[in-house]
Amino acid sequence: MIFNRRTFLGTSAVAAASLAAPMVRAQGKPRVIVIGGGAGGATAARYIAKDSKGAVDVTLIEPTRTYYTCFFSNLYLGGIKEIDDLGHSYGGLAAGGVNVVHDWAVGVDRDAKTVTLAGGGSLPYDKLILSPGIDFVDGAVDGWDLSAQNAMPHAYKGGSQTELLKAQLKAMPEGGTFAMVAPPNPYRCPPGPYERVSMIAHYLKANNPTAKIIVADPKPKFSKMALFQEGWNNHYAGMVDWIGEDFGGGEVSVDPAAMTVTIDGEETKVDVCNVIPAMKAGRIAEIAGVTDGNWAPVNAIDMSSKADPDIHVLGDASQQGDMPKSGFSANSQAKVCANAVRGALTGSKVFPAKFSNTCWSLIDANDGVKVGATYEATAEKIAKVDGFISQTGETSDVRKATYEESEGWYAGITADMFGASV
Amino acid sequence: MRAFRFLMPLAVAGVMSLPCQAEIGDAEAGEKVFQQCKGCHQVGAGAKHRSGPHLNGLFGRQAASLDDFKYSKSFQRAGAGGLEWHAETLDVFLENPRAMTSGTRMSFRGVKDPQDRAHLILYLRQFSDNPADIPEADPTAQAVDHDLDPAILALKGDPEYGAYLSGECTTCHQAAGSDEGIPSITLWPEDQFVVAMHAYKTKKRNHPVMQMIARRLGDEEIAALAAYFKDLEN
Repeated sequence: MIFNRRTFLGTSAVAAASLAAPMVRAQGKPRVIVIGGGAGGATAARYIAKDSKGAVDVTLIEPTRTYYTCFFSNLYLGGIKEIDDLGHSYGGLAAGGVNVVHDWAVGVDRDAKTVTLAGGGSLPYDKLILSPGIDFVDGAVDGWDLSAQNAMPHAYKGGSQTELLKAQLKAMPEGGTFAMVAPPNPYRCPPGPYERVSMIAHYLKANNPTAKIIVADPKPKFSKMALFQEGWNNHYAGMVDWIGEDFGGGEVSVDPAAMTVTIDGEETKVDVCNVIPAMKAGRIAEIAGVTDGNWAPVNAIDMSSKADPDIHVLGDASQQGDMPKSGFSANSQAKVCANAVRGALTGSKVFPAKFSNTCWSLIDANDGVKVGATYEATAEKIAKVDGFISQTGETSDVRKATYEESEGWYAGITADMFGASV
Repeated sequence: MRAFRFLMPLAVAGVMSLPCQAEIGDAEAGEKVFQQCKGCHQVGAGAKHRSGPHLNGLFGRQAASLDDFKYSKSFQRAGAGGLEWHAETLDVFLENPRAMTSGTRMSFRGVKDPQDRAHLILYLRQFSDNPADIPEADPTAQAVDHDLDPAILALKGDPEYGAYLSGECTTCHQAAGSDEGIPSITLWPEDQFVVAMHAYKTKKRNHPVMQMIARRLGDEEIAALAAYFKDLEN
């Protein structure tokens, strides 16, 4: 196998250690490659390395050196968090025994069981874990493709796109119009677009109070709809115009050059336009041949691909059943997968699959709501067992506590994903 | 609680410049400030270790010196390095616990108001020279007030199973024991953990996420989690 020195992580000491150690130790040791260092992949890599205590060689392939979470990025748009609050390094994973390779995985040879890197070379695996997140369906929004993402950002992957959208909001003229094209189901983070509307309204109320928000939505209803609509009425009366499927919200085209949005035949000139197109599994899942349609079907018991028992697919890219596509879900699935993969490779005990998810959303400063559920593995899918949702009309104390809890969760899940920072 | 007043000796640099009323502590006010500590620390007759050590006999004691409490390495080093608890050291510590011992599991954000710290320190001072308050005294009602079947409490959990199940907890509850927004469950005494989880299960404790999580945990699973978290080292 060929390693390219410059693809290794970070400080020279860490890079040297990760370069030297696995080359020697990997002889005869089972090898796991994880593609994608987000909530699914980072968690899976960290747990396998941690729990196998060095018995499994774990390599994480992730192109970015600083991971910006998509969750909480709306709070950055709202001015409640700074961009640096959302950035995380891979130093903690490297210190925890994971070989972190900063490169793009561009090919998977399932017969030879190798992964090809954009920077050259290929890496062998015994088990491959794909956690590539999302990509966008071509032609999903008439007039928009990836070449238009600077004029009309999606801001639905954390990092530069989020910053671009924020910059555009700041530059919006007084009394201007912000438009969002919301995605059809299924998509990453079901309450995400509506939390974004809330946070943008929060920002505009303080900085540009006569501005308007238009949402074109192909769906007749959405996650936590009653809670969001109550919040929009309470905090941002008259600012948000949500156009659902019943009113032609699905009949949308955009013109990024002219900055116009046409909804059900009616053209509107807008100042900022956030296009969140229909989604599909991150491209490497398709390249690996484990997708069926837009997503990668998996077995609920261990998140293994239905197309290949030695490949597991986590998080947004997977088609697993009832769990929403969320960072929390990916983190939960990663632990089930890590336990199963470690068991298969080292003979450690494999415990029954158990999943859970909670999604917090912020409607206004200190006005947090949440929805959550527990899940189990059945023969067909991950099936919902039990759930709860915040209620309309809750007191401000309850909402504040919910928001504070979400901050605790953010600190918790990022520590769980990336380990202690070094 | 008697409300005697007490002049705090303040020798720590930086605290000297405070207005003079900050130097006066009030034990009754201190008892109120102590409310935010009670989740992890007990003090007074029958006080036991919880997530944090009991605070009886604190004054004049070397840090991390109670044999039966598992201190963080950070605190063990501080104690070995000569840290003793007095009004001055407590004042510095309580202002920002992590500033004094960066690795403490007590990731409490601190008591920022010097007056509140003075109240709190005076309150704690009362439990340091009173023989009635040594830990061997009878437990108080505060300790473990529940009606849980003793057979459930007696279950011995499997820590390996608990380690696996803990993945569901550590998405929110940090293994390192931070408690900002979401409480720490690391090094929680086993019995307390079991009682709390069963209280969620039976809706005696009121939190929708925890009720949902607890609802589908069996007695063995709760015991396994308790067995795992009681010894969790980072």
